[in-house]
Amino acid sequence: MATREEVVTGLAEILEEVAGVNPDDVSEEKSFTEDLDVDSLSMVEVVVAAEEKFGAKIPDDEVQNLKTVGDAVSFIVANS
Amino acid sequence: MSANGSKILAFGHYQPSRVVTNDDLAQMVDTNDEWIQSRVGIKERRIADTETVADMAGFAAEKALAASGLTAADIDLVIVATCSSIDRSPNVACRVADKLGVAGAAAFDLNTACSGFSYALANADHAIRAGAAKHALVIGAEKLSQITDWSDRSTCVIFADGAGAAVVSATAEGEEPGVGPVVWGSEPSDAIAIEGWQPYIVQEGQKVFRWATGTAPQVALAACEKAGVAPGDLGGFVPHQANLRIIEPLARKIGVDPAVLSRDIIESGNTSAASIPLALSKMIERGEVKSGSPVLLVGFGGGLTYAGQVVRCP
Ligand SMILES: CC(C)(COP(=O)(O)OP(=O)(O)OC[C@H]1O[C@@H](n2cnc3c(N)ncnc32)[C@H](O)[C@@H]1OP(=O)(O)O)[C@@H](O)C(=O)NCCC(=O)NCCS
Repeated sequence: MATREEVVTGLAEILEEVAGVNPDDVSEEKSFTEDLDVDSLSMVEVVVAAEEKFGAKIPDDEVQNLKTVGDAVSFIVANS
Repeated sequence: MSANGSKILAFGHYQPSRVVTNDDLAQMVDTNDEWIQSRVGIKERRIADTETVADMAGFAAEKALAASGLTAADIDLVIVATCSSIDRSPNVACRVADKLGVAGAAAFDLNTACSGFSYALANADHAIRAGAAKHALVIGAEKLSQITDWSDRSTCVIFADGAGAAVVSATAEGEEPGVGPVVWGSEPSDAIAIEGWQPYIVQEGQKVFRWATGTAPQVALAACEKAGVAPGDLGGFVPHQANLRIIEPLARKIGVDPAVLSRDIIESGNTSAASIPLALSKMIERGEVKSGSPVLLVGFGGGLTYAGQVVRCP
């Protein structure tokens, strides 16, 4: 099972590929939309890529609750 | 006589002359050019005035037929992929046959929404392989503007009108097939609905986006594998022109050279079953795809349905 740090690093890689986010800017307290400029469609791409990378199932209804990188890390760690 | 395969001889397309820009749409609904370009990638689209689905299908088919070197008398199968035709009988295929002077051909319409052209092409290929046809007209044609709610900004900024057609013929003995094995299927859902009497397209955008983002790469890779072609060797990649935000990541994900990706959505919008033959016909016309090079087609959309195959560029 992945640790929180591993998931943050993995998400940073995904964010760089999907939305051109600088990996150094990615940390748990950052908001996807406010701080990292990830729009709703990029967020869906991040979710699809994260499911593949971490083997977690992230339901449609859950996506809106993932406001910060930390929210996503917690969900992935608990569900993969 | 059955054949060992089929190949595409020529493409043709038709687009209505009326251009509708994003600024035009901003006069009708609460939207703007920046949002549409950044979320969908469309700059402008073509909207039909008096042309029907059958008119547009006929114009595209006429051009494909003229470019193929065959005549109407050679055609023994007409398939029209459409989800927006209002007239049910005669079906669009019979109307096109009548316009072109095609007599006696098997003629049917097929509805799998945005994946329609790839389904229709597979049907034609299978019919030719089975010996049930020799020369087919395979057409995608849509007048989505007549089933669009022009007060719904979540759909009216996306959909448009147009047609594309291909002439598909049996390969000669010993000749390599030019239409690769199809990968097709469905995942029933009402995320894109065109339901009831006098319907409008109703779409759950995020749901469709997520499904397409996850499914299209798998279909694309499977179609390449079945055809024995590496994605990096493709001379053209023509996914259904749904959203630039779907097709650009798709190309990146499967490892296709971005230079061979069709981005016709920018100037044509999403024309459902028409988008693939329309986009490829325009690429060929501009000399962007070399004759004989492998081109990957991937359709996905309402149903939800999907289909893809690799074809040799005529
Ligand atoms: C339709 C689609 C572009 C919508 O994008 P989206 O990011 O899901 O849009 P949302 O509905 O979540 O809206 C995001 C924001 O844009 C706004 N918005 C929606 N449509 C808008 C429009 N036409 N103009 C301006 N703003 C719009 C919303 O109100 C929302 O604003 P908010 O964040 O302030 O609340 C996208 O979902 C999509 O392309 N899906 C796939 C559809 C498809 O390809 N269909 C064809 C199938 S083959």
